[in-house]
Amino acid sequence: MQIQDAGGQLTSRATYQLADLADYLARLVLPFLGALVLTTVVLLTVDVAPLDAYRILLFGAFSTPIRFGDMVMLASPLILCAGGLTLTFAAGLYNLGIEGQVVLGAIAAMIPLRLFPDLPPPLLWMLSFAFGAAGGMLWALLAASLRLGAGVNEIFAGLGLNFLASGIALYLILGPWRREGSASSSGTALLPRELWLPTVGSLRLAPLAPIIALVALVVVWWVLSRMRWGLEVRAVGLNGAAADRLGVPAVKRMAQAMAGCGLLAGLAGTLQVLGVFHQLIPNISSGVGLIGLLVVLLVLARPIWVLPVAVVFATFTVGSVQLPLTLGIDSSIAGVLQGALVLAALVSRGLMQRRRRA
Amino acid sequence: MEIAVTNLTKTFGSLRANDGLSLRFASGKIHGVLGENGAGKSTLMKLVSGFLQPDAGQLAFDGQPVRLRGPGDALQAGVGMVHQDPLDVPGFTALENLLCAAPRRAFPSRAMARTTLTTMAQRLGFTLAPDTPVGAMTVGQRQQLEIVRLLACGARTLILDEPTTGITAAQAHALFDALRQLAADGNTVLFVSHKLDEVAALCDTVSVLRTGQLVGEQLPMPQPQQRLLELMFGERIVQASGQALLLAGVSVSEPQGLPVVQPIQDERSSEASPTRPLVWQLEQVTAREGMVRLRNVDLRIPQGRVIGLAGLDGSGQQILLRLLAGRLHPDSGRILINGVDMTRARTRTYREAGIEYLPADRMRDGIVGALSLTDHFALLQPAGITVDRQVAAQAAREAIAAYEIKATPITPLIALSGGNQQRAMLALVPDACRGLACEQPTRGLDVASAQGIWQRLQARCATGCSVVFASADLDELMAYSDEILVFFAGEMSAPLPRATLTGARLAELIGGVGFERSAS
Repeated sequence: MQIQDAGGQLTSRATYQLADLADYLARLVLPFLGALVLTTVVLLTVDVAPLDAYRILLFGAFSTPIRFGDMVMLASPLILCAGGLTLTFAAGLYNLGIEGQVVLGAIAAMIPLRLFPDLPPPLLWMLSFAFGAAGGMLWALLAASLRLGAGVNEIFAGLGLNFLASGIALYLILGPWRREGSASSSGTALLPRELWLPTVGSLRLAPLAPIIALVALVVVWWVLSRMRWGLEVRAVGLNGAAADRLGVPAVKRMAQAMAGCGLLAGLAGTLQVLGVFHQLIPNISSGVGLIGLLVVLLVLARPIWVLPVAVVFATFTVGSVQLPLTLGIDSSIAGVLQGALVLAALVSRGLMQRRRRA
Repeated sequence: MEIAVTNLTKTFGSLRANDGLSLRFASGKIHGVLGENGAGKSTLMKLVSGFLQPDAGQLAFDGQPVRLRGPGDALQAGVGMVHQDPLDVPGFTALENLLCAAPRRAFPSRAMARTTLTTMAQRLGFTLAPDTPVGAMTVGQRQQLEIVRLLACGARTLILDEPTTGITAAQAHALFDALRQLAADGNTVLFVSHKLDEVAALCDTVSVLRTGQLVGEQLPMPQPQQRLLELMFGERIVQASGQALLLAGVSVSEPQGLPVVQPIQDERSSEASPTRPLVWQLEQVTAREGMVRLRNVDLRIPQGRVIGLAGLDGSGQQILLRLLAGRLHPDSGRILINGVDMTRARTRTYREAGIEYLPADRMRDGIVGALSLTDHFALLQPAGITVDRQVAAQAAREAIAAYEIKATPITPLIALSGGNQQRAMLALVPDACRGLACEQPTRGLDVASAQGIWQRLQARCATGCSVVFASADLDELMAYSDEILVFFAGEMSAPLPRATLTGARLAELIGGVGFERSAS
């Protein structure tokens, strides 16, 4: 068991990693098969040829440049949310309030756009992202302070704050920020064209979005795997009492992990405003926070896996948009596939754990 | 009821916890099962009581082969196990626990259950009130309740895993009487322990396990202690020093107390004079935690001393330890560390002043199980943006060598055995530590491990660190303390120099006989 020489240690480490990888692949492949079975059953009950549906779900997003662009614009905020959630997950927190943090980020991002419409666009974008990040962070800190200060479970605090956030958004859309002439719950007036994030040609793809998302993901990965802060957060998440005894300020680290997640969610909200909807709408988050939670349930606190899984989930969603037209079924089958995937992953994880324990 | 196991094997990963055991426990007798930690005693008992399923081999009760899918199956077949930590619902009363854990239709009515509980308790000489919440009971009473429950559910074989840990001498006495009575009624009792004197006092036969294998089968008691020790530990330790066993806290009964002194301690005792700088100084400290309250404690602990805290569980020792480590703030009074007033300081400030706390429950608040030794050393590095993994790995390798921890630097600590975890926890205490508050530093460790832990603690003392430790083990207290503080019902005695005490006197004091609160 005790390995002294350097060579031996390398081998043990390599085999450890190899076993780890095999384990992880099994965890990815098995749930995928399970999810396919579940979804196939659903498809067969509505008399749809499963293969046709899967072709569209899996490859539809790559059929035209426009759809690919849409996929990227969905994947970007999703990566931001899922990346942020790996932080809270590492800290042992279930940040169900991420939807609200996205919404608050979007609202905050609107503030500089409305206050200083005459500033040069690049400066406005920077302001907008800064405000959005701050907004999401504040909302997350509110949930954190409810948890750490008042002992309200962060799951319930987050859910409550989600409702509050959409209430605020709706109030702004119908009230102070309503369109000239007629208030409409469909959203505020569209931003002037020059404030939209620049896109590639006629596509809706704004290159800045994936760049921000990928940079953020790399930072999250670096923070969690290389920084002292990340190690401390993980220690707190794994065993708060022991981490505290070893000198880690546990409460502070939990709050900071929440703040970090809120910051990234706020950036996602800003992307939704500047790059996707170009206005504030009641459903500004389009559920990216919740899908982000699904992604993180699959990848746990391992940021490296966020990118592929988020891209796959975005692919399903964008591909599913064509389902009503070609096959006459509702696009929500993408949600079924995503949900089934997570469910199957959780089940197989549970089974594996049980087998290991026995 | 006769219990027979044939070729029983259970492996955990590469560890063969039980390796082809074949053994027969006759009915109507008390069978001792001896072995050091990790010998496979608990695994065997869990296999017999259905908590674990064997990888190979057969179980037979009264000659009938059985296949147990869980503890419920075992209980139905008549085998019940009393665990070291009672498995019950603290929020329920004794009666509710009995009712909710009993199989369906065991008790047609609440009144019936109440009658059963009181009559059985009476018959076995237990002091159980049906309406006491389990949370307010002592460990001993919870154990009694568990025994009553198992018997009421039809158990004809009782398995007890280290049952005398954490209970009073009187409760142990009552327990032994009850077990003898049960055996006389034809029940089988399996008694797992590493305390030789208990096994000698109670058991009809003894079986000894070592590294998962049977090395002594159904030896009729009494047996010479030396022989049992050799079976348990092999020749190695026993030959090396019979005294070491005493030192390490194995209960080998010796007629004239334990005047065992290690040279290192002698030197320290002689030079320990009031002029040595104080690590801890408590002035008129009053503190409360839960039901227990410590009042007006005055205490001065100079450098390089070992102070043992004796007393029944929950008599106030834990409060003192937590006060010393800055994890509990006093209601009144002052606490000085190295001469500086730290009465209201945070735990972090205490750590910076060189005070460390080693909890009894390693996995709960001692170490982060999923992280490796390297990770832990990385956490202990001085604050910075990144951690230096190379340095941390080097520190981990050094600790592994110095503390003989069986692990690689990257093994998650949860995969280690208790002794290795304890050594790892001790290795993580920085060299700059001036005061170490330990709660049961050798709880659940085998002799060799316990001895190793104490060697390291003493080495730290030699460099001026003071150790305050609470222990339920009188021999350990007598062997290692310079002075002993006895706690009784929230009262603390004056510091008693070890030389003035005998084990028997200490036991009396713990039980409150002739106890005098420290004058203050």
